[in-house]
Amino acid sequence: MTKQIADFKLVEKQDFGRSVLLRLRSDQPLPAIQPGQFVQVRVDDSPSTYLRRPISIHDVDFQKNEISLLVQQVGEGTRHLAQAKEGDVINMVFPLGNGFTCPEVGEKVLLVGGGIGIAPLFYFAKVLKENGITPSLLLGGKTETDLLRLSDYQQLGETFVTTEDGSLGEKGFVTMHSIWQKQSFDKIYVCGPKPMMKAVAKLAAEKGIWCEVSLENLMACGLGACLCCVEDTIDGNVCVCKEGPVFNTRRLKW
Amino acid sequence: MGRDLVLRNPVMTASGTFGYGEEYTDFVDMAQLGGIIVKGTTLNPREGNPYPRMAETSSGMLNCVGLQNKGVQYFIDTIYPRIKDFDTNVLLNLSGSTLEDYVKGAERIDALDKIPAIELNVSCPNVKQGGMAFGVTCAGISQVVSEVRKVYHKHLMVKLSPNVTNIAEIALAAEAAGADSVSLINTLMGMAIDAERRKPKLSVITGGLSGACVKPVALRMVWQVAKAVKIPVVGLGGISNATDAVEFMLAGASAIEIGTANFIDPAVSEKVAFGITDYCERYGFQKVTELIGALEC
Repeated sequence: MTKQIADFKLVEKQDFGRSVLLRLRSDQPLPAIQPGQFVQVRVDDSPSTYLRRPISIHDVDFQKNEISLLVQQVGEGTRHLAQAKEGDVINMVFPLGNGFTCPEVGEKVLLVGGGIGIAPLFYFAKVLKENGITPSLLLGGKTETDLLRLSDYQQLGETFVTTEDGSLGEKGFVTMHSIWQKQSFDKIYVCGPKPMMKAVAKLAAEKGIWCEVSLENLMACGLGACLCCVEDTIDGNVCVCKEGPVFNTRRLKW
Repeated sequence: MGRDLVLRNPVMTASGTFGYGEEYTDFVDMAQLGGIIVKGTTLNPREGNPYPRMAETSSGMLNCVGLQNKGVQYFIDTIYPRIKDFDTNVLLNLSGSTLEDYVKGAERIDALDKIPAIELNVSCPNVKQGGMAFGVTCAGISQVVSEVRKVYHKHLMVKLSPNVTNIAEIALAAEAAGADSVSLINTLMGMAIDAERRKPKLSVITGGLSGACVKPVALRMVWQVAKAVKIPVVGLGGISNATDAVEFMLAGASAIEIGTANFIDPAVSEKVAFGITDYCERYGFQKVTELIGALEC
């Protein structure tokens, strides 16, 4: 798979308060991009941001050569990125890592997202739908406003919601949703905070369901060179950026 | 450079920042580089330090990877066949924790036709009883270099630690013990703290600082060492563009390595190589070697 380094132009920015949706267009045709892969964004003019920021790919439009990123302001780098204006140039290295394993047609699939971890599930659900698989989505947040683009997610599959404060959907964590009692699944895909992913992975293991999670360890190079972002697996320390970010939970020492 | 290491141009990539080269083939044409120095390798496999291994700092980063690698034999069996035909010099960075490790490792690497040189890492700050124990005293470096010299017959480059009082003395000891060149600097020992959590940011508390922020220190040390030794000096430490590279050459470096900058721009090494040529044309230097030590002061 060919990786590229390219300048993108910010063609549209949608503000969601703590998060922004950036629609970025390249002059060049995009290479193949799997759902679950990520980009490394260079953050310009921010003296305290030296390294690129790894951000999951939220959506892709191959006709328009566009990649969309859903970026939550976490630290200085993402805060700076969120201040970009339409017309600004943003440099990215992409596509990086290995994406989600595509399920078989006919399998029942659940995508579980927590907080900003819902970001890569959008493109994944879209690709699944194009391939004749309609996934179910279970999205969780602390509060209602964490559930970004909810109506757009609902177009891609039956969508269930939890919030910790009960402001939307069922109150509590994603693992407490009634769907776990009512439905069964063949494959579960998870992206969110680590404690949430561990809880879902545990639930999946108890039910004997195949499960993949997308990790976001601190990274420097994004290419498997620096060995900073390692996760402890049954095969020893492996780079999340190169061998992940998506891992089958059987491989992890959770 | 001495003992059969001929570089097409002065630009190499620093160990630990360029993987085995394979990670960068989508971005860099190896034929445009003087050489690549592959990831620090030890005689026996090492798991490295626990996560987290990285902390970003102002204009730089700290790492405490701790020489994670699968050992010399794995390199020979699995990696070497894949990278030996890269159209550039492929150097191996060899580290160890005992004298015997260095000697045994060097012996095996000596047998690899397509590896023209070892960069002997006596300066990794991130492993207990690590190479740095050898690299911070004249007696230590003298011992490890002279023992490796007995078994290694190709170009022996020795990578120096900046975590010393007088780096020129250490360089002189390496030269006297048989080093063909020295490269400097390895990372500077540093530390980062998360004040919110009142915890260190790195799993093993301290780590090695690299990136643009270390450049002035590196430049000063290259200048000091280049004045002291007769063997070639390879300069590295925060080089991010061709101007940085030229500065190191003016200070006395015969070649340079690009390290952490590879993480920010994976294509930077090739750009630096072109940029040095541009600089020479702009100022009428016929050969790039004319830049070496051309500082006017």
